[in-house]
Amino acid sequence: MEERASMRILLVDDEPELVFTMQERLELRGFTVDAVTSGKEALQRIDDNPYDVVVVDVKMPGMGGGEVLTSVRESHPSLPVILLTGHGGSGDEGEEHMLRAACAFLYKPVKIEKLIETMKGCVGEQSDG
Amino acid sequence: MERNSAGESEPVKGTPLASKETDGSLFRYRRLWTSIVISTSLVSLIPLLIMVVVNYYQYQKAFNEEVKQPLRMLASNAQRSLRFLINERQSFLDFIIHNTSFEELNDQAGLTKVFRNLKKTHDDLVDLGVIGARGRQRSYVGPYSLKNKDYSQQDWFKQAMLQGRAVSDVFLGYRKFPHFVIAVRALNNDGEAYILRATLNAEVLGGGIGRHREAQDIFVVNREGILQTPSKRYGKILSKAAIKVPPAAQETRVVEERDDKGHIRILGYGYIKSTPFIFMVVEQRDTLLTSWFDLRNKLLWFLGLSILVIVIVILVGATYSVNRIREADNKRLEVLHKVEYTAKMASVGRLAAGVAHEINNPLAIINEKAGLLDDILLTAEDFPYKSKFQKTVKPILDSVERCARITQRLLRFAKHIDVRREQIQLEYLLREVLSFLDKECTYRSIDVIVDVQDGVALIESDRGRLQQVFLNIINNAIGAVEDGGRIHVLIAREGDNHVSVTIRDNGVGISEENRQHIFEPFFTTKEKYGTGLGLSITYGLVEKLGGKITVDSQVGEWTKFTVVLPIVPEDDNGREGKHANSAG
Repeated sequence: MEERASMRILLVDDEPELVFTMQERLELRGFTVDAVTSGKEALQRIDDNPYDVVVVDVKMPGMGGGEVLTSVRESHPSLPVILLTGHGGSGDEGEEHMLRAACAFLYKPVKIEKLIETMKGCVGEQSDG
Repeated sequence: MERNSAGESEPVKGTPLASKETDGSLFRYRRLWTSIVISTSLVSLIPLLIMVVVNYYQYQKAFNEEVKQPLRMLASNAQRSLRFLINERQSFLDFIIHNTSFEELNDQAGLTKVFRNLKKTHDDLVDLGVIGARGRQRSYVGPYSLKNKDYSQQDWFKQAMLQGRAVSDVFLGYRKFPHFVIAVRALNNDGEAYILRATLNAEVLGGGIGRHREAQDIFVVNREGILQTPSKRYGKILSKAAIKVPPAAQETRVVEERDDKGHIRILGYGYIKSTPFIFMVVEQRDTLLTSWFDLRNKLLWFLGLSILVIVIVILVGATYSVNRIREADNKRLEVLHKVEYTAKMASVGRLAAGVAHEINNPLAIINEKAGLLDDILLTAEDFPYKSKFQKTVKPILDSVERCARITQRLLRFAKHIDVRREQIQLEYLLREVLSFLDKECTYRSIDVIVDVQDGVALIESDRGRLQQVFLNIINNAIGAVEDGGRIHVLIAREGDNHVSVTIRDNGVGISEENRQHIFEPFFTTKEKYGTGLGLSITYGLVEKLGGKITVDSQVGEWTKFTVVLPIVPEDDNGREGKHANSAG
């Protein structure tokens, strides 16, 4: 169960029960994980800490995942962002745009193995590129 | 993990309903066509007919007048000349009787001299005689030996004795050839009356008539209708004429009358004053009116040709207009369908997305909590219920996965992610559709049975559209049955190339009349909450998939919708849609 604990991860979701449990599970697997419950908080943490990957929920009160993504793209162009959503794809016009900017798009509920795999993919892509 | 690259599934493009109209709407256009044809025909043909009828009668009247005129002239001339002829002979006799003494006339030699002089100028004179007051012929000159003949019983004798002059009917008499008598009376020196009588050949009556046409029948009758001259058509001389004696008149007259055969003849006649004679000229109207008939035929030809041209123009015009209207209507319907369908799908999509989101979030929490539990159990030391806990966690995670699949499917269904042709197992598809209606069926205790006959193959079709089709039909069936009702779905093979899906419910049924309109756009029996587009869209979808949909029903007993689908569509109806690609 102990994984190579090289990745520093930031989890962002307005649902504390979800985000902190995910944090705990990832930490159990040896990752360094921070978890916050709002977009604003997330941007502060990103400025202060060198994360390898950010996983952010699309739909949050106040600043949503889309805005976080846009902001991160400007301030940290090389930081991969994975979007997480309860939607099966809303068909919004912005979605396609977000898809291009995000590293990946995951649907809730997501299996932890799938999440780790996707994160590794994104980080690897980043370091390869 | 799937992701929808465009986030947009396409609605039905070019709803095929426009290509198929139901009997009812065809009937509507046929009625429109009929009323256009009738109204324009009336407006254009009535004035034409009125004009032709008025002209017809005016021409006919004019022609009738025109053909009567020559007959009137002929009758009038003949009346005058016959009158003149008889007057002239009477005047001669008058002149003789007043300028020759009775003795001389009574004397055979004297009478012979007078007769010879008269004969020089009057060829028609047959004989001449002097008759005493008692009616006995006292002297006679002529080809017969008629001296002492008794004329006392003759009408003309009596009339001459009374009125001084007389003209007799034509008769054969002793002479056995047609002749008539002109008689004048005078008194001798003793004051005794005597009569000078001349016999004239009846042919003289046929004389002074002048020129006439071959078709005209010209003759003279007396007032009893006995022919005084021969007639072409109405009998021999001295026979009863086969034509009625016209009413007496001073002047000549022209009348129209019908003969025994129903033909119309024109009769001109004139009574010859102071004689028993009536001059008559008869002509069949048809022979007189040949030029009118020519004109009439031309008029009728013109009328017929005009009507034909007008009717052709109207028919072509009406057909063209109605077709244009129909095309316009169909286009409008097509657009309406598209709009309706798009709006419907969009709202269903929004709803499904909302539901999915609301469910997925708590589901994610369950997933993470159970996952964490699992993680802990994996690393924890043994404790009494460890394996029991592990066994409990596993189904929770499995159920979460199952729920996730359901929400994904819901989203896929609503958004028609699969808008392309693919291999479809109909039973699975129908069960999937039924799973969406499961709750209502359970709640209302509706029994839904799916039967599949052996040998039903996979079909190649459009999943999203098929789902839409069956969802609509089954939804209608659920609406039609009572609580505790029964819906039977049968999937069966139809020949080599088709599969049929029959959805039969034991609901209220659909009347014959409603069945005829059921696939028509905007036809609904759910007055308040139906748009009337559901089945028409269904119809269009089935057609688009190369299939056929039919309905049969027994009111109060059952309704049966049958969808027959090709195993492989003939042409490329299924369009390549945007489909989900996967990421992560």
